[in-house]
Amino acid sequence: MATTALDQQRAHAKAHAEPTGLWSWITTVDHKRIGILYGATAFTFFLLGGIEALLIRIQLGAPNNTFLAPDTYNELFTMHGTTMIFLAIMPLSAMFFNYLIPLQIGARDVAFPRLNAFSYWVFLLGGLFLNVSWLFGAAPNQGWFGYANLTSRQYSPGLNVDFWMLGLQILGVASLAAAVNFFTTVLNLRAPGMKLMRMPIFTWMSFITQVLLLLAFPVITVALILLMFDRFFGTSFFVPSGGGDPLLWQHFFWIFGHPEVYILILPAFGIVSEILPVFARKPLFGYAAMVFSGIFIAFLGFGVWAHHMFATGMGPIADTYFSLVTMLIASPTGVKIFNWLGTIWGGSIQYKTPVYFALGFVAMFIIGGLSGVMHASPPADMQQTDTYFIVAHFHYVMFGGSIFGLTAGAYYWWPKMFGRVLDERLGRWHFWLMLIGFNLTFFPMHILGLNGMPRRVYTYPEGLGFEQLNLLETVGAFILAFSFAIFLINIWKTSRGPRNAPADPWNAATLEWAIPSPPQPWNFAEIPSVHARDPLWEAKRERGGPLPEPQRVSGEGIHMPNPSYWPLVSALGLTAMMAGLMLIHHLGPWGIIAGGAVLLFGIFNWAFEPAG
Amino acid sequence: MSLRTTARRPSRRWVPLLSLLVLLAAACTPEHYPQTALLPLSDFARIGDDIQDKTLYWATGVFLLVEGALLYAVFRFRGRPDDPEPRQVHGNTTIEIIWTVIPALILAAIAVPTVRGIFQTNAIPKGDVLRIDVVGHQWWWEFRYPDLNLTTANELHVPVGQTVSLHMGTADVVHSFWPPRFAGKRDVFPNRETRLWFKAEQAGEYPGQCAEFCGIQHGRMAFRVRAQTPEEFQGWVSHMQTLGAKPAGAAAAPAAPAAPAADSVRTATAGGTVAGAPQDSAYAAGEKLFMTKGCVGCHSLVAVNAPKGMVGPNLANVGARTYIAAGTLKNTDENLAHWIMDPQGIKKGVLMPNLGVTAEEARSLVAYLRAHQ
Repeated sequence: MATTALDQQRAHAKAHAEPTGLWSWITTVDHKRIGILYGATAFTFFLLGGIEALLIRIQLGAPNNTFLAPDTYNELFTMHGTTMIFLAIMPLSAMFFNYLIPLQIGARDVAFPRLNAFSYWVFLLGGLFLNVSWLFGAAPNQGWFGYANLTSRQYSPGLNVDFWMLGLQILGVASLAAAVNFFTTVLNLRAPGMKLMRMPIFTWMSFITQVLLLLAFPVITVALILLMFDRFFGTSFFVPSGGGDPLLWQHFFWIFGHPEVYILILPAFGIVSEILPVFARKPLFGYAAMVFSGIFIAFLGFGVWAHHMFATGMGPIADTYFSLVTMLIASPTGVKIFNWLGTIWGGSIQYKTPVYFALGFVAMFIIGGLSGVMHASPPADMQQTDTYFIVAHFHYVMFGGSIFGLTAGAYYWWPKMFGRVLDERLGRWHFWLMLIGFNLTFFPMHILGLNGMPRRVYTYPEGLGFEQLNLLETVGAFILAFSFAIFLINIWKTSRGPRNAPADPWNAATLEWAIPSPPQPWNFAEIPSVHARDPLWEAKRERGGPLPEPQRVSGEGIHMPNPSYWPLVSALGLTAMMAGLMLIHHLGPWGIIAGGAVLLFGIFNWAFEPAG
Repeated sequence: MSLRTTARRPSRRWVPLLSLLVLLAAACTPEHYPQTALLPLSDFARIGDDIQDKTLYWATGVFLLVEGALLYAVFRFRGRPDDPEPRQVHGNTTIEIIWTVIPALILAAIAVPTVRGIFQTNAIPKGDVLRIDVVGHQWWWEFRYPDLNLTTANELHVPVGQTVSLHMGTADVVHSFWPPRFAGKRDVFPNRETRLWFKAEQAGEYPGQCAEFCGIQHGRMAFRVRAQTPEEFQGWVSHMQTLGAKPAGAAAAPAAPAAPAADSVRTATAGGTVAGAPQDSAYAAGEKLFMTKGCVGCHSLVAVNAPKGMVGPNLANVGARTYIAAGTLKNTDENLAHWIMDPQGIKKGVLMPNLGVTAEEARSLVAYLRAHQ
C-alpha cells in the first residue's frame, strides 16, 4: 500500500470537498463532525466530573476531614453525578450514535442534519449553563435525584436548584431532538437490503436507546416543569404544606430515572457486542437473542422504577411487584453476558486494546449485575439502599459497564474517525491502570456500605471503622485518574503520527469499515446494498481475501445538506429563554421574551433556508 | 542503595506490605464496624440479613462460575493473526435455553424468601409493644414515648426483649431513619407516617444515622440506639419522668456560694447524681443565660409533657448523653462549651446561630446543661 499515493489522493479529495476552519465547525451539519464535537465536549465534561470525583475522594480520604466545606461537598457530589450522567456518558454515547449509525446503516447523513446540529449546540449550552453556576457560587447542591421537598423554595432558597432544574430542562431538549432524529434515521435511511434483523448490533442497541429516550425524557420534563411552578409561581405539587406530596416526585423521577440507567448502558452493550465478534473472528453468538433481550430489558425498565424506593414503605404488594420484576430483568441481562461468553468461546481472540476494554467491561459488568440482584430484595435492600454498597453497584454498572464499553469503542473506532490507530502499548497501560484503579476505588465500597457507611455524607467520624478502606479508595481514584492521563497522552502522541490507518484495520464486519478512514463527507460515494448480517465479512468471504483499499473520490454530483448557523442561533435563543426564566423575579418576563424572540428568529430562518 | 548490601533484605521489604494487608483484612470483617448491617441484633434485622446471605451465596457462586468461564476463554482462545478462521458459530438454541432457565430458577430461589420477608417486615407488630414516635429534623432526631409521656433527642432508648414500634415522620424535609444493627432504613415524610419495628436482643450502645440526603448537614445527623435491659430501661423511664416542669416558685435556683466557675464545672461533672444538685453560681448563671441568650426559644429542658415542634433538640437529659450535636462531638465539657460558642464553625449551616456567647458564659451554660442528666 503506497502511503504517499494515498496521501496525495486525500489532499486531492480534500481540496475538492472538505471545508476547514472554525466557522466550518460552527456551521457544520455533517453527522461525523457533530459526532466529534459531541465526543470532544463530553470528554471534557468527563474530565471535569472526574476532577469533582477526585475532590470528593480527597475529602473522604480521612475521617472528620475539613478539606471541603459541607456545602461545597454537596455541590460537588451533585455536580459529579449530574455531569457524569447528562454531560459525559449520555453525550459520549451520542458521539457514537452520530458518528456510527449513518455509517453502519449505509446512509449519507442522519434524517435531520440541522436538527442534529441543534441538538449538539443545545447540549453544549445546557452543559455550560449548569456549570456557570459555579461562578455564581450556586452550583446545584440537592443531589442529581433532587428529592422533594428539599428542593422547595423554603429549604433551598438559592439559585442552586434553579440552575439544576433549568439546566436539565435544556439538556432534555437536546436529548429529545436527537432521539427523534436517530429514531427516524434508523427507520428510514437504511441501505437497501438492510432489514431490521440485519442491522449491526450497535445500531440496534442505539435504536432501543432512542425509544427509551423518547418515552422517559417527557416524564422528567413534566416533573421539572411542576417543580419549576412550585419554585417560581407558588404552586404545591411537591410541597406538603400546600397539600402536595414529596413522594410523587420520587415516582416521577424514577419512572424517568430507571430507563435512564438503560439509556446509559445499552449503547455500551452495543459497542461491546460489535467488538467481541471482530476480535474473536467469529459472529456474535445468538444475535436474535441479543436483540430481543435488549428490547426486553428496555421494556421491563419502565416497570421497575420503585425499586429505588423500597425504603419509603410502599407496603407489601408494591414491594413484591417491584422486587419480582426487578429480578426478572436479571434474566435478559444474564442472556447478554452468556452470549458474549459464547461469542469469544471457540474463537481466535486477537488481543488488541479494544478487546481488552470490551472483556474488562464484561468482567466488571457481571459484578455490577450481581450486586443489582442483591438489592432487588426489599428486606435486604432496606439495609443496602443509600449506602456505599449502592455507590459500588452503580459504579460497576456505569463505570465498569458504560465507561469501559465507551472506551473500548473509542479505541476501536478511533482509526475510522481520525485515520490514526491509537498506540497499543499506551492503550494497554491505560487498560490495566484503569482496571486496577477502578477496582481499588469501587470494590471496597461494597464492604463499607454493608458495614454502615451511608452515601452523600461529606465526612464520617472516627471510630466507625471507615478510615482504612476510604483511604484505599482515594488512592485507587488517583490511579484511575492517572489511567486517563495516559489516554490523553496516547491521543496527543497519536495525533502527531501519520494519518495512515487503512479503511479496515481490524478485519471488521460492518459497513463503516468499507469506506476510507476517515470517511469523506458523503460517507458512501455509492449507497451499498446489503445481503447479510455481517456485510463486510460476507464481501471478504466472497472475494476470498481482504478487500482493496477504497478510493477517495471527488464527490461531484453527490447532494449534501448546506452548512447552517441557524441551529446555533436557535440553541442560543432557547438557552437565553431558560436564563430569563431563572431571572424572572429580577427581569420580569423580558428575559424570556428576548430569548424566545431569538429562538423564533432562528427557527424561522432555519425553516426558510435552502437545505442544500 | 547498592544492590549488594541489600542481598538479604528482600524478605524484610514485604513487612510493610504484609502489615498493610493484615490491616485491610481486618477492615473487611464486620466486627471492625460498630455501625455494620452485617451483625443484626434484632428479629427485624435478621429477616433481611438472612435473605442477603442467601443472595450473596448465590451471587458468589454465579460470580465464580461466570468469571471463571470468562478467564478460561480469555486464555484458552487466545489467537494469533495467522491462525485459521475459527468455526463460525451463530448460536445454539439448546444452550441458550439452558442459560435462560437456570438463572430464572436461581432468581426463583431468591424470590421465595424475599416475598416472605417483605410480608414479615411489613407486618404490624402486636402484643406487648412499646410505641415510640420518631421525628426527623434538620439535622437531629426527636424521640417521643407517647405511652410514657416522655421526649428525648438523638438517643433512642429501647428495652431489650420488647418489641418497639416506631411511628415516624419529619418536621421538615425527607430523612431516613437507619439503626443498622436493629433494622434497615425507613424514610420519613412530612405528610405520611411510616413504620418500623424491632425487638432488640442485646444491651449496648449502637450508632445509627440519617440515610437520605436532607441538606447541608446530612452528614452530621447521627443518633445512638441505647438498648437496655428491662430493669435499666425502667430505671431510665422512672428517672426521665422526674424531669418535668418545675413547680412554680422553685424556678430560680437558690443562690449558691461563689466559687470559681471552672471548679464548679468540675464538680458538676465529677458528681454522678448531679440532677438539680449543683446550686452554685455557675449553674445559676447558666440558667439565666439559657433564658436570656435565647436558647430556650428552640430547646426544651423538660422530658415530661415536652412541647412539640421545637426547632432544636430536647435537652432534658443532655448532660447524660454520649454525643452532642447529633453525633458530631463527644459530650465533654470542653466540646459542649466549644459547641455553644461556635455551632456554625463546627456544623456549618446548622439552625443554631452563633449567639456571641463568651468563654465565661459558655462555662456557665455547660455547668447548667451538665446538670441536666
